[in-house]
Amino acid sequence: MIRVENLVKKFGDFTAVDNISFEVPKGEIFAFLGPNGAGKTTTIKVLTTLAKATSGTVEVDGLNPVTHENEVRQRFGIVFQDPSLDQDLTAWENMDLHGVLYHVPGKIRREKTETLLKLFELWDRKDALVKTFSGGMRRRLEIARGFLHTPKILFLDEPTLGLDPQSRNQLWTHVKRQNEADHVTVFLTTHYMDEADRVADRIAVIDHGKIVAIGSSAELKQRTGTESLEEAFLKLTGSTIRDEAASSADQMRQFAKMWRGGGARR
Amino acid sequence: MSAIYILWLREVKKYLRSRVQIIASLGQPLLYLLVLGFGLGPVFQKAGRGSYLQFMAPGIIGMSVLFTSVFSGIALLWDRQFGFLKETLVAPVPRIRIMIGRTLGGATVAILQGILIMIVCLIAGFRPVSLLSIPLGFVFMAMIAILFAALGTTIGSSLQDMQGFQLIMNFLVLPIFFLSGALFPLNNLPKALAFVTSLDPLSYGVDGLRVVLIGAGHFGWFIDAIVLGAVAIVLLGFGAWRFSKIEI
Repeated sequence: MIRVENLVKKFGDFTAVDNISFEVPKGEIFAFLGPNGAGKTTTIKVLTTLAKATSGTVEVDGLNPVTHENEVRQRFGIVFQDPSLDQDLTAWENMDLHGVLYHVPGKIRREKTETLLKLFELWDRKDALVKTFSGGMRRRLEIARGFLHTPKILFLDEPTLGLDPQSRNQLWTHVKRQNEADHVTVFLTTHYMDEADRVADRIAVIDHGKIVAIGSSAELKQRTGTESLEEAFLKLTGSTIRDEAASSADQMRQFAKMWRGGGARR
Repeated sequence: MSAIYILWLREVKKYLRSRVQIIASLGQPLLYLLVLGFGLGPVFQKAGRGSYLQFMAPGIIGMSVLFTSVFSGIALLWDRQFGFLKETLVAPVPRIRIMIGRTLGGATVAILQGILIMIVCLIAGFRPVSLLSIPLGFVFMAMIAILFAALGTTIGSSLQDMQGFQLIMNFLVLPIFFLSGALFPLNNLPKALAFVTSLDPLSYGVDGLRVVLIGAGHFGWFIDAIVLGAVAIVLLGFGAWRFSKIEI
């Protein structure tokens, strides 16, 4: 379903993804683990048509995301790592807009929106503007939105960041269900090793833009001679702490917070 | 089609919800209209040009449409910063439709703003030549709005963050306004200035508004409409191309 061969992505002099290759067969839940700045999100961006590879081959359902971007976009759904909601719209409007963009017919759209908002306990706030939501609520809304349509491939980029255990449980149950019922291929990244251990069929560990190990959780533990996935991960990637440089977008958010009172314009 | 509609609706909803900003946005045009309109009025009158308020009102309407439409295009940068842009960029909808929906939404907001300013002008004492002038004025407002919303989208697609915003404001948007003849007649200008004003697309917009609203113009409504239409098409094409190239 996903095939990546010798993928390289550079930003100027910095190599974010350094010659990685892997394959994800249809119906698999594939976890991409790595410390901050290892190249996880960049890989997802290349797979989801948001960025172009510097070199290498990428195929999503047999299609090249650069030459067949619309066809590729029809095949996946994504929950982003950082916020992607419109804060000046209500929860309902955010869901509705997503449904329209993803061609979910009106009746199904409304029914599914109701089910999902109830499932993630946002129903009584459906008509409130998203900017009045807490961080956790926004996160839940993003996830609910990600499930509004059933894609062939679901990308989840650190979906559980900032989620309470209840919502986390809902999320993974839902992911499992979609995977089993509709054979949705799932490509996820997370910092919580127990989650990867619980849901993923196969795990790739990426560090400094390179894949350092790939296999099932049991295989990784066996290879590193460790008891838990967490230990295996630390053994593979070392225990130094990485920090991503604040991007210009983060700086802008900071800046915007300072002088942005109400709306987004002017 | 539904994607274009929903993105258009988003822009309009956001505008109608930002009441404080709507009121705030009336400040600048009101200052121009009342202070310059009444302040320079006597001089203008002495020069044998009639009422300055009457002359300037179409210019101020054009200015409001210009600012609102360019900014609505540049609001793309906000969507990039707050992440919403990604949501639309990965959607299974050709980017051209996303761009058209946004641009038409921005243009509609600019037209609404222009109508609001026109009402303010009418209250301040502006009188168009006939009732028919008002709907014809909407046509020129719409052309100005689409042209500059497309320009805004082009700029928004090309900038990475708001750091370039001041530059765009001071070296593009303000010159477009000041060189458009919104505040002064285009007749008998020094050659260099006359040349530069003739390159400014807003000159034709303001001129068109003047022709239909007060029955006096410089280029004539036909040339105005042709120039506005042609530039709008070029900018829409260019904006769509820039928008399709956005990487996050």
